[in-house]
Amino acid sequence: MNEDTIAAIATALGEGSIAVVRVSGPAAVDTVAKVFKSKQDLREVASHTVQYGWIIDPHNGNVLDEVLVTVMKGPRSFTAEDVVEVSTHGGIVAVKSVLELIVRHGARLAEPGEFTKRAFLNGRIDLSQAEAVIDLIRSKSDRAFQIARKQADGSLSKQIIPMRQKLIELLAHVEVNIDYPEHDVEDVTADLIRDHCGSALLQVQQLLNRANEGKILREGIMTVIVGRPNAGKSSLLNALARENKAIVTDIPGTTRDIVEESVSISGIPLRLLDTAGIRETSDKVEQIGVERSHGALNDADLILLVLNHHEPLHEDEKKLLEQLKDRPTIVVINKIDLPGELEISEVEQDYAKERIVYLSAKEGNGIEELEKAVSGLFFSGAVESDDITYVSNARHISLLHQTKCSLEDAINATYEGVPIDLIQIDIAASWESLGQILGDAAGDSLLDQIFSQFCLGK
Amino acid sequence: MGFHAGDYDVIVIGAGHAGCESALAAARMGCETLLLTINLDMVAFMPCNPSVGGPAKGHVVREIDALGGEMGRNIDKTFIQMRMLNTGKGPAVHALRAQADKFLYQHSMKETIENTPKLTMRQGLAEDLIMEDGSCVGVVTKTGAEYRSKTVVLTTGTYLRGKVILGELMYESGPNNQQPAIKLSEALKRNGLQLARFKTGTPPRIHQDSIDFSKTEIQPGDANPKYFSYETEYMAHSEEQLPCWLTYTSEETHQIINDNLHRAPMFSGLIEGTGPRYCPSIEDKIVRFADKPKHQIFLEPEGRNTKEYYVQGLSTSMPEDVQLNILRSIPGLEKAEMMRTGYAIEYDAVVPTQLWPSLETKVVPNLFTAGQINGTSGYEEAAGQGVMAGINAARKAKGLEPVIIDRSKGYIGVMIDDLVTKGTNEPYRLLTSRAEYRLLLRHDNADLRLTPTGYEIGLITEQRYQKFLEKKARVEEEINRLKETKFRPDEAVQAMLAEVGSTPLNNSIDGLTLLRRPEISYGNLEKIAPSPIELSNDIKEQVEIQIKYAGYIEKQQLQVDRMEKMEKKRIPDNIDYDIIHGLAMEAKQKLGKIRPLSIGQASRISGVTPADLSILLVHLEHYNRVTAAAHSS
Repeated sequence: MNEDTIAAIATALGEGSIAVVRVSGPAAVDTVAKVFKSKQDLREVASHTVQYGWIIDPHNGNVLDEVLVTVMKGPRSFTAEDVVEVSTHGGIVAVKSVLELIVRHGARLAEPGEFTKRAFLNGRIDLSQAEAVIDLIRSKSDRAFQIARKQADGSLSKQIIPMRQKLIELLAHVEVNIDYPEHDVEDVTADLIRDHCGSALLQVQQLLNRANEGKILREGIMTVIVGRPNAGKSSLLNALARENKAIVTDIPGTTRDIVEESVSISGIPLRLLDTAGIRETSDKVEQIGVERSHGALNDADLILLVLNHHEPLHEDEKKLLEQLKDRPTIVVINKIDLPGELEISEVEQDYAKERIVYLSAKEGNGIEELEKAVSGLFFSGAVESDDITYVSNARHISLLHQTKCSLEDAINATYEGVPIDLIQIDIAASWESLGQILGDAAGDSLLDQIFSQFCLGK
Repeated sequence: MGFHAGDYDVIVIGAGHAGCESALAAARMGCETLLLTINLDMVAFMPCNPSVGGPAKGHVVREIDALGGEMGRNIDKTFIQMRMLNTGKGPAVHALRAQADKFLYQHSMKETIENTPKLTMRQGLAEDLIMEDGSCVGVVTKTGAEYRSKTVVLTTGTYLRGKVILGELMYESGPNNQQPAIKLSEALKRNGLQLARFKTGTPPRIHQDSIDFSKTEIQPGDANPKYFSYETEYMAHSEEQLPCWLTYTSEETHQIINDNLHRAPMFSGLIEGTGPRYCPSIEDKIVRFADKPKHQIFLEPEGRNTKEYYVQGLSTSMPEDVQLNILRSIPGLEKAEMMRTGYAIEYDAVVPTQLWPSLETKVVPNLFTAGQINGTSGYEEAAGQGVMAGINAARKAKGLEPVIIDRSKGYIGVMIDDLVTKGTNEPYRLLTSRAEYRLLLRHDNADLRLTPTGYEIGLITEQRYQKFLEKKARVEEEINRLKETKFRPDEAVQAMLAEVGSTPLNNSIDGLTLLRRPEISYGNLEKIAPSPIELSNDIKEQVEIQIKYAGYIEKQQLQVDRMEKMEKKRIPDNIDYDIIHGLAMEAKQKLGKIRPLSIGQASRISGVTPADLSILLVHLEHYNRVTAAAHSS
């Protein structure tokens, strides 16, 4: 009954040495076959067999990974549909790029819990499990919603909202031409369409280029570096970035008082946020910075609390230690190259040894220990390692691709003398795919736009 | 007090554009039908503009005709001007618009009704519903007449607690100073229906002899008029057409309005109802778009045998003296003689989310509503709902399942689905942009979309249906013939291509491929490879559109097919959303209120997320399997 084909990462992130992309639906075999190179054509292999080969981007011939591909024809599969599983090397980079490629070649990203839903609807899961299936859909959806909300104010949205506004103005103009043909509103010209769609296309292309260079925005475990002013947060950030080759050096939209870097530690991508120093202050400007830092703390997936080894614990620091003890926090005791004044025992009261790291950001000592602590916390499950963050980025990329195709179609159509109401279909499609990136934040009212932009009526 | 006045299958209250279609449909389907209206001289009256059709609205008229309704035939008999709009755009948005002789239109409709078997027309003011066991079984009039029936259709237009507002003046009234329906509104509330208050308005009318046409631009009709009805023969009505005239507001107009805004009920707070953004008053336009230096004013004759002109673009509720000053500030109208004053009218409407897609109310079984009472504006919107309410009231009276037009099958379906699923907070007007499958809902293919339905429900005659089938077959044959026909790069073909500025052929290609070139028309191909049988223009047009836009059509059809699966997943009406584990609170409330018939309809309710739909699907599957297991054991 579900005729579209869905794909998702089926393994928990970071666990084990392989990761699996699962594809389900009538076009599962076809879709994977388009990007899989092996001795035998995937469309011809027997069900329930494993093939060895490579995932290759047919667009440019790039080899993404060396993989094993399992084909399970329905109904003898998890969802009772045709299922293909691609086992890639572990970590995040390989599996994510394979998923993106598959999505670009005809599969749709699965909704949260969708494989299980299909398995249930197709009778593969026992009736008694209905409630469990519902719980799974609910919890996964809610989590995806939270993440989407976190991203909604991100820099990607900030670029998409004005782009979308331009497109809706164009759409409103087209609609007025169609629905009010006798009104004294000038006709939308081919030039106007090329102009508007062309500039949107350029921006979408830029976003995609950045994505292709691995610079997709707002990706990774949101890691907040917090501490008193001059505890050495910035030097820690720089040390981590230097050691791990920062993936992103500048992200538009970040404020001066929160500096952001993305690094990869043992294959785990972290978005590092250096916050303004937290302290009680009456300075208004500084207060705003401190409030932002508190906001960032609330949203954080991982917290690095930086203390100065050279100074005794301050009241503000004691508060932070208390406040953060039940969160995924690592206490970083910095400046161990200087004599110790800090009351370590107070820290140890609430924090286990694995969660306390000693280092000197300035000298670069101890950075490796910090990395071990981070990956330890990550793989122990203390940090939420849900794949949804990565998936939502794959989703963004696929939606940006769709937007690009629609804009190109619209522009091409203007050269082929296609009537305006047909070109509108492509413009509207691009506006809608951009809207899906924004999710809930997208205000969808073409009619409101029409009647606020134009004076109409009899 | 009361007396038994008659028994019917279906009673229709109101004989406007919705009521006439409802009553005709029900009677033609074999139901004994009563059409009850306040004033028999107002049957099919056009209280506002003397025109029918335009984008989306004209499509609806064709759909009504394809289903066997009357509006298309009636306007074809009584138009004074016909124009095809949007001819420079794609075929989907070509739209026919007629200027009506509004008096002839009324007489012609009344005559049709009077000559329809099983249809009784009575003058009377309905004041209450007769209820039995929670269901509506008839109505009571002001004179105490009790009419009983299996179903009732309410089409009260702007009469329901109607109130005219004109400057500082305000009085209870229906449109054009007709008697309003006050008590019926109370009866609806008493029976659990929630009402909304809407507003609309109309411009002044002026005398033809007081217009200086030399200062305006002429707007003639099409030389070869097309018709709304698929039954109307080509050139059946070849009387001379009357033109309309175009002029503009002046700086002075805007000054007068601005100087008198304190007397405008829109701004003085006298008007409570929500007006349509689609036809704002002139004072509204000037305030909201202060930068616009002038606004179009169309002068439209109200009929052949009258000198009244409708002043389109000048809808207003300003005081009468201000209206006259406004008129006389417009070039060409300096000496205008005002025959009727413009006014705003407020009225009660039923909140349309209280309706099933059949247009039956959820709280009062057997009671259907159609037209402005459902929150719409426009004659065509009213008639479109009217025909559906009539069909479904008749079917319910006969114990049959309702007929619901899918969004992919007609603007009528789009409109009704929008109303019952999303509701409306202002008078609802159809726009082509409301249809997600606009390319499929063309005005040329309304018969292909809906005539089989019209035939099945008994509104399309056997003769017309056979003719329709023949047309359909001819279209398919001709497409196949062109597919098989090879065009060779010979002299005749190359000459034809050169003539229309198309690239010459290198190799033979088939007719379909050639016709897809934007510059080539069916007419060009026909000259080289004519059809062996004579084809009508309708058929040729259909062939050309289906071939030329095949790529886009297929794309939309694919979307329809995908959505269709959701539409086919029915939700049982006894479902209790409150006990469905896992549904979000908002979804429970919205679903419980709208009670969608299918997952497709549920997906269009705002606030119901994809996760809620998934959970609902799992729940339904669980429910179905448990029910199936219970049956088999």
